[in-house]
Amino acid sequence: MDILIPVITLGAMGLFFGIGLALAAKKFCVASDPRLEAVYGKLPGANCGACGMAGCMGFAEGLIEGRCTLERCSVSTEDTLKAIAGILGIELKTKIKAAAVLHCYGGSARAKDKGAYRGLRDCIHANLVMQGQKLCAYGCIGFGTCARVCPFNAIIMDEGDLPVVKEDRCTACGKCVAVCPKKLFSLVPKNHKVYVACSSHDSGKDTKAACSVGCIACRLCEKACPFDAIHVIDNLATIDYNKCTSCKKCVAVCPVKIIKTRD
Amino acid sequence: MDVSKILAIAISMIFINNFILSKFLGLCPFLGVSKETKPAVSMGFAVIFVMTCSSIITWALYRFILLPFHIEYLRTITFILVIAAFVQLIEMAIRKYSMPLYRALGIYLPLITTNCAVLGVTILNVDNFFVAGKAIKGSFFYASFQAFFAGVGFLLALFLMSGIRERLQLLDIPEHAKGIPIAFVIASLMSLSFMGFMGFKF
Repeated sequence: MDILIPVITLGAMGLFFGIGLALAAKKFCVASDPRLEAVYGKLPGANCGACGMAGCMGFAEGLIEGRCTLERCSVSTEDTLKAIAGILGIELKTKIKAAAVLHCYGGSARAKDKGAYRGLRDCIHANLVMQGQKLCAYGCIGFGTCARVCPFNAIIMDEGDLPVVKEDRCTACGKCVAVCPKKLFSLVPKNHKVYVACSSHDSGKDTKAACSVGCIACRLCEKACPFDAIHVIDNLATIDYNKCTSCKKCVAVCPVKIIKTRD
Repeated sequence: MDVSKILAIAISMIFINNFILSKFLGLCPFLGVSKETKPAVSMGFAVIFVMTCSSIITWALYRFILLPFHIEYLRTITFILVIAAFVQLIEMAIRKYSMPLYRALGIYLPLITTNCAVLGVTILNVDNFFVAGKAIKGSFFYASFQAFFAGVGFLLALFLMSGIRERLQLLDIPEHAKGIPIAFVIASLMSLSFMGFMGFKF
């Protein structure tokens, strides 16, 4: 008979809590939109923040409440976005995907150092000390903060301490754009094939002294462009992507080869 | 119930018998939620809350159900049962009535449900404040305070650890020791330093 007391007590407690929790679940239930789970399930789940929300769940909530537009998710493929648009019953505006490009081609091989830097191997910290160890105040510091911050492993540091963007992996989330202390990244739509791989606003002479691949503001590209799309502004060639047709004439004439093409 | 005893409990639970660093209970959240200070502190407060409430409930359960029926040996399973049910209930209630609080604490509550530190403090209460099958004088208050200060000790350890780990992010640590390995080394050093409090006698 001794066995009965513990069995009954424990059984009664289990039953009590079970029923109690079941009732509480009814009483405290929070109505949630069934579309939320469906939309969240479709989103990539990378929580990269490219949409401006605090992660994919926040974006899903924003979509349902109408605070966000679907196009702001740069990570999802177009098929996924269409599927989500189907769930939400809205129309998807198509847009051309962008990818990050690096506006510098210096690196340890071509850009000279002004001194030895022995601090933390991190671009943001290095930039606090005399704007980094490079002689060029605009160029890539090369400690790979962008590569570490990329949630998609799309940035790889090459042997010349220069970040290389793998365009098939890049989702244009913009984390590298935000983190680079020299602001060397920009998001360029993938249909534009030409970009300027230099950010130096120094005069041609100073640029030449600091780096073998800097824009010397010679204006040859300006003269070669049939569409008036490239201009030297403040000692730096700048492409107006509204006019550029990727004809690559500027690429051919550039004497320092800093106007690059991507495939 | 006297104040000096409560003070002794407070110092004992926060420093000398710190649940994480001396008793080695609740190590999972200690390493899991200590990467940044803000979630660590939220977690600490959630633990204080759950520990205090569950020790009140388990004390009543032990005193009024387990002792009269002479089934004290079932305390582990019944305590786990009530703690889990209680935390579930709290989570539902918070979600219903305060969404901001749910965002801050809610995600940690399920983590605490099966946390050994919570069970540890309730068992410790029963061991300390029941003598020969009878509750000692002021037992209920001692038990609640003990649980509360155990939670404070938990918060302190988590806060210290998260502060150190935030600093660690900036240091040049060998690749193989980054992350959890160095966290274990730090945890053991902290534990060693908290062992220093053991000289105090009350």
